[in-house]
Formats: sequence, C-alpha cells, structure tokens
Amino acid sequence: MNFFAILGLTLVVTIFLIIIRREKPEMAVVLAIAAAGIILSALLKSIAQIITVFESLALKSQFNLDYLKLIIKILGLAYLAGFGAQICKDAGEGSMAAKIELAGKIIILTLGIPVMVGLLNMILKIL
Amino acid sequence: MDINLIFRIAGIGILISVLSMVLKQAGKEEQAHMLTLAGLVIVLFMVIQLIQRLFSDVRAVFGL
Repeated sequence: MNFFAILGLTLVVTIFLIIIRREKPEMAVVLAIAAAGIILSALLKSIAQIITVFESLALKSQFNLDYLKLIIKILGLAYLAGFGAQICKDAGEGSMAAKIELAGKIIILTLGIPVMVGLLNMILKIL
Repeated sequence: MDINLIFRIAGIGILISVLSMVLKQAGKEEQAHMLTLAGLVIVLFMVIQLIQRLFSDVRAVFGL
C-alpha cells in the first residue's frame, strides 16, 4: 500500500472532521470510523504478506506452528481492540474505550493461559 | 481503497448540517432533528457494510 496515499487521505479526513464536528459531532464519529476502516483494510494486504514470511521462517526453523498461529491471533485481537477503543476515545466516551480494552485483555489472557500452563508443566517436569 | 465513501459521508454531513441550520432558522426544530436522524441512519448503513468487510478480512488474515 502506498504510504503517501494514506497520508493524504488522513489529512483530507482531518479537515473534513474539523468542519463537520462543529455542527454534527455524531456524523464526525461515523466519518472517523469509515476512514479508520478504509485505512486498516488497505493495510491488511501488507500484514498478510508479513504473516506469510513469518510462517515460512517458522517452518524453516522447525518451530511449533500452533504457537505462531496463537501469536498471530492475539495480534489480530489487539489490533481490533485498539481500533474500537480509539474510536470510542475520539468520540469522547473514555469509559466505553476502557471496557473494550478490558475485554480485549481478558480474551487475550484466556488464549494465552494454555501456553503458560504448558510452560509451567514443562518446568515442573524438569525439576 | 475506496476513498469515494469518505467523500460521500463528508458531503452528506456538510449538506445535512447546512440544511438543518436553514430549518432551524425557519423555526422548524422538529424537522431539523428528523433530518439529522435520517442522515445519520443513511451514513451508518454505508459504514456498516465497510466495517463488516473489514472484520471478515481481519478474520481471514489473522485466522480468528
């Protein structure tokens, strides 16, 4: 994705947001959501390329692919939680942003706990 | 990247703020409110499709 296209789009959207926010703040929020969605979906192609590179590296180094998949899953959840929380914070709803962040953290923790338990079991076996 | 959506939403927002200003000046507060609501619903319909596509793309890329 061309970086300059994203830069220009963000500047244009910023000016639109300043114009609209004075009269209709709710419309400004919708515009911000649309801009964030377009930019994120434009970046997804590059993210997919990065992920395939990491997967090929993991295959070469005989690393357990399940763990890499888990990490990628957690990365996606963190991106989505940040997306939602930033939009809520932009709209002035800091408490809703905190809720989304809390939900993201807890879901990531539930995904990560099995790995942690496995690691602890391995340590116990060694001792 | 479909930037048209951004311009469409910004255009609808500016148009509706101008129209509701005119309606308020004419003393029709009720209609101005309804106009704002209708514009918001139209814009939300446009954004919801985008968000749905984004979420399904994210789900495909990250394997969620």
